[in-house]
Amino acid sequence: MDTTTRHIKYQADCDPTFAPAIKSIPGCEKLDSCIQCGTCSGICPLSIYMDMPPRRIMNLVRYGFKREVMNSNTVWLCSACYACTVECPRQIKVTDVMYALKQMAIKERLYPKRFPMVVLANQFYKMVRHRGRMNEIHLVTRLYLLTNWLKLLEMARLGIELIRRGRFSVKPDNIERIGELHAILDYEKHYPEKEAPAK
Amino acid sequence: MKRRYTYFPGCSILGTGRACEESTRAVFAELGVELDDLDDWNCCGATAYMSVDEHKALALAARNLALADTRECAELTTPCSGCYLVLNKTQRYMEEYPRVGDKVKCALKDAGLNYTGRVRVRHMLDILVHDIGLDEVRKHVKRPLKNAKIAPYYGCQTVRPYLDFDHQHYPMTIDRLAEALGATPTHFPLKTRCCGGSQMGTLPNVAQRLCYAILREARRQGANLILSVCPLCHFNLDSYQPDIKSRFGEDVSITTMYYTQLVGLAFGMDPETLGLHRNMTWDGSWLEREILAGAPA
Repeated sequence: MDTTTRHIKYQADCDPTFAPAIKSIPGCEKLDSCIQCGTCSGICPLSIYMDMPPRRIMNLVRYGFKREVMNSNTVWLCSACYACTVECPRQIKVTDVMYALKQMAIKERLYPKRFPMVVLANQFYKMVRHRGRMNEIHLVTRLYLLTNWLKLLEMARLGIELIRRGRFSVKPDNIERIGELHAILDYEKHYPEKEAPAK
Repeated sequence: MKRRYTYFPGCSILGTGRACEESTRAVFAELGVELDDLDDWNCCGATAYMSVDEHKALALAARNLALADTRECAELTTPCSGCYLVLNKTQRYMEEYPRVGDKVKCALKDAGLNYTGRVRVRHMLDILVHDIGLDEVRKHVKRPLKNAKIAPYYGCQTVRPYLDFDHQHYPMTIDRLAEALGATPTHFPLKTRCCGGSQMGTLPNVAQRLCYAILREARRQGANLILSVCPLCHFNLDSYQPDIKSRFGEDVSITTMYYTQLVGLAFGMDPETLGLHRNMTWDGSWLEREILAGAPA
């Protein structure tokens, strides 16, 4: 009998910091006004692939079920088409909530292992910091080397077609004033100190 | 007076989307519009940067706004829907959320930049149809494309979440433009449906399913051409047709091109100038055979 386990969570099991953290991100402030109508799930072109549709994610987030949300594949399927954001009758920016969840997952390393979307985002982030611009060929090559290098072979047909049509740019493009960009991106490091005297 | 706009090309346009750039420049030059490149622009961040850090993503895009702010012409135009959305969103969030605006402005100040808020982000499609106007476009048409039945594909990020120049659920800008070129737009219910975007690289089975639906619907509506706006949508719809055919066992092949390429063809421009040879679905004889042959003059 001691193998009996509880399948339903208590509110007490939830993470009380989760919902406030998400709601503090610009665009996510209206989360509590969700009426669970399901418009977001209905309009989402990718919800048929999600283990939990967007409506369920919205509810789990506002009640603090962090582990459940972070274990689902939903946010990683969102391709930011903004259909849910436009259709939501409560004007909740559902896409921004999905972005906020992605950011939290990446920051805290809570994502399904080797999930290509995460690798793509991280590589993109690094490349733009380094060069100021993105090179698609480099990005895709890195993505496949880090996730499934066999995919590179599958991509050979496309690669050859791109070369033939002069669309395969191997030379990465750099911006001139990369220091200016770094100053902008690193600003947050100094932000608290700079903010303090103003108050 | 010559129209001038500040021009933001975007990263895709330097690589796989080169034809978008070539046709855009050719068409706008023909219409007497000057496109001033934004000096030393950087990547807008697209969807990927926003997935990692919101503030940095907004600050990254804001550098471009600050650079455009120093220009005489504060109308920043871009042919890419992804860039259009990100730059627009950054501009709006800085206004809508003063906390975000202050932080981003401070970050810009650290780099010796300043953003006053006067920049307006505009899509090239909007410029073409609303600033220049269809009457002006009609005047340049040398070769009406009577046999072209187009499926206008707007994609997501041109119309959502911001669209101030057309109806968000059933936009008609490309439809009206096609009519001005002598072509016939078909009723295309999937005109704003997602193509999968960057999921084509990460989850090809998912993105190809979405493209399959779009391509099949275009053919079902009797279209012989899909017009797209954005380099990524065009890449997905244009390049993966053989893969989609083998995955779903149905031939959904259809010529796809940028709307600017069709405009250029109607203006009598050479396909090479418009970068048509760079499209995977382009077939040199297609224009003569399907579009121009037997067309009423």
